[in-house]
Amino acid sequence: MMPAMRMPPGQEVVPRYSTGERLTHWAVAVAYVALFLSGLALFHPFFYWTSALFGGAAFMRVLHPFLGVALFVLFYAYALRLWRDNIMTDSDKKWMGQMVAYMNKAADPYVDGKYNAGQKLMYWSMIVVIAGLFLTGIVLWRPYFAPSFSLGARRFAAVLHAGLAFVMFVGIGVHVYAAYWTKGSMRAMTRGTVSGAWARFHHPGWYARMTGKERP
Amino acid sequence: MAFQSLDVINRSASTSTPPQARGALEVAKLIDISKCIGCKACQSACMEWNDLRDEVGVNPGHYDNPADLTAQSWTVMRFYEEELPADKGLAWLIVKDGCLHCAEPGCLKACPAPGAIVQYANGIVDFQQDQCIGCGYCQTGCPFNIPRYSMKDQKAYKCTLCSDRVSVGLEPACVKTCPTGALAFGTKTDMKDLAGERLVELKARGFEKAALYDPSGVGGTHVLFVLPHGDPELYRLPKDPRVSPLVALWRSGVAKTLGVLTMVSVVVAGFFHYMKVGPIEVDEDHKENPS
Repeated sequence: MMPAMRMPPGQEVVPRYSTGERLTHWAVAVAYVALFLSGLALFHPFFYWTSALFGGAAFMRVLHPFLGVALFVLFYAYALRLWRDNIMTDSDKKWMGQMVAYMNKAADPYVDGKYNAGQKLMYWSMIVVIAGLFLTGIVLWRPYFAPSFSLGARRFAAVLHAGLAFVMFVGIGVHVYAAYWTKGSMRAMTRGTVSGAWARFHHPGWYARMTGKERP
Repeated sequence: MAFQSLDVINRSASTSTPPQARGALEVAKLIDISKCIGCKACQSACMEWNDLRDEVGVNPGHYDNPADLTAQSWTVMRFYEEELPADKGLAWLIVKDGCLHCAEPGCLKACPAPGAIVQYANGIVDFQQDQCIGCGYCQTGCPFNIPRYSMKDQKAYKCTLCSDRVSVGLEPACVKTCPTGALAFGTKTDMKDLAGERLVELKARGFEKAALYDPSGVGGTHVLFVLPHGDPELYRLPKDPRVSPLVALWRSGVAKTLGVLTMVSVVVAGFFHYMKVGPIEVDEDHKENPS
């Protein structure tokens, strides 16, 4: 049974994301999937077939950087609303120390903020990686910007762009899995609310501040 | 194109090995700079045969015309006034710029579009524009700065070594038209022999440093230069050209495999973690009324 997924009437819910935040999040997600599939075709011939999803590789190559700009703009619009909740605190260090145990359900380290340290780490790594992908992508962008950069810069950008893309894949992979693993999380992004029990268990400090109730 | 699929020994972004059965003779074009008078007949012949018409540009104040290689100008005579070392005086060096048709082509290595760049068994490296997706990565791969990008159709172009002529037993158009014999075409072995004879002559005439340019860093080339003054850098040719280590890393089997392994391991790790640990569920009833 997954009680957190379906709430009986009158059950306590805590708002976690606004409609604007949720829609922006999903727009970023859609852009990411399209970017990842098109980038993969350019990285390894084994995946060249994904270019068929974009109406051929020549058009896919044209589309990819525009999608990248869309993701960049949407992601930072989204991330800007979240940064205060992602500042690392002392309790996050403790969480980091117990991370492996937490992943094995052997420990339940206290989380004070709206996000735990793992989520915060994800946030800041995406801040860096997406900026890096954007900048290196500009250097490679044909036909508009690439001619203004030296061959050396374009070579460096090509390697870095591919490297960062794989860091992003790992990051997003962990992010998606974590949302699936911790039942009751997904509704935060589909409905905007989480159950009171979910909030008390995963983010007790945040729950207390949101509801004015005492910390469980 | 009179080439057959059997003639293609190397193909960009391909997961299968192209046929290796055909052992064609490697061809080469020999550019003897000591015989070149800079008449640009080769440029005209290239335009004529390949049906290329560059835009009429402006005179930048030197003899180079057009001023650079373009998508419509696949070869350009470059004129350098060079003060020779050891007080040997002033020399006017004329270098026919264009693709060198490397044995280990960086453009082909960098290209992500299957079959957009091919290498024939005779050594010619050819762009197949119908497969080109316009990313410009061939430019990052080339150690000689040769491929040019057309803004008109967003495709890359360069010298084909007249692969269409060569495939039916003709020499490249530039070679056919050269009035001084500065250009020669034949098997690579013959061209190296010819260059060897010329180097002996040049050395006897006081060009002690005369040398053949066939850089090994790119596996040798199928366009060779006789450099009367020896030092490639006098002629603005790279001394030891190689595919940039960054491009080599980016397009290496190791990097590609590592990328794929990374993706696979994320999926595998997630799957087995879930199967081992199970989901984190919050018991609504149990935790609903803590007090």
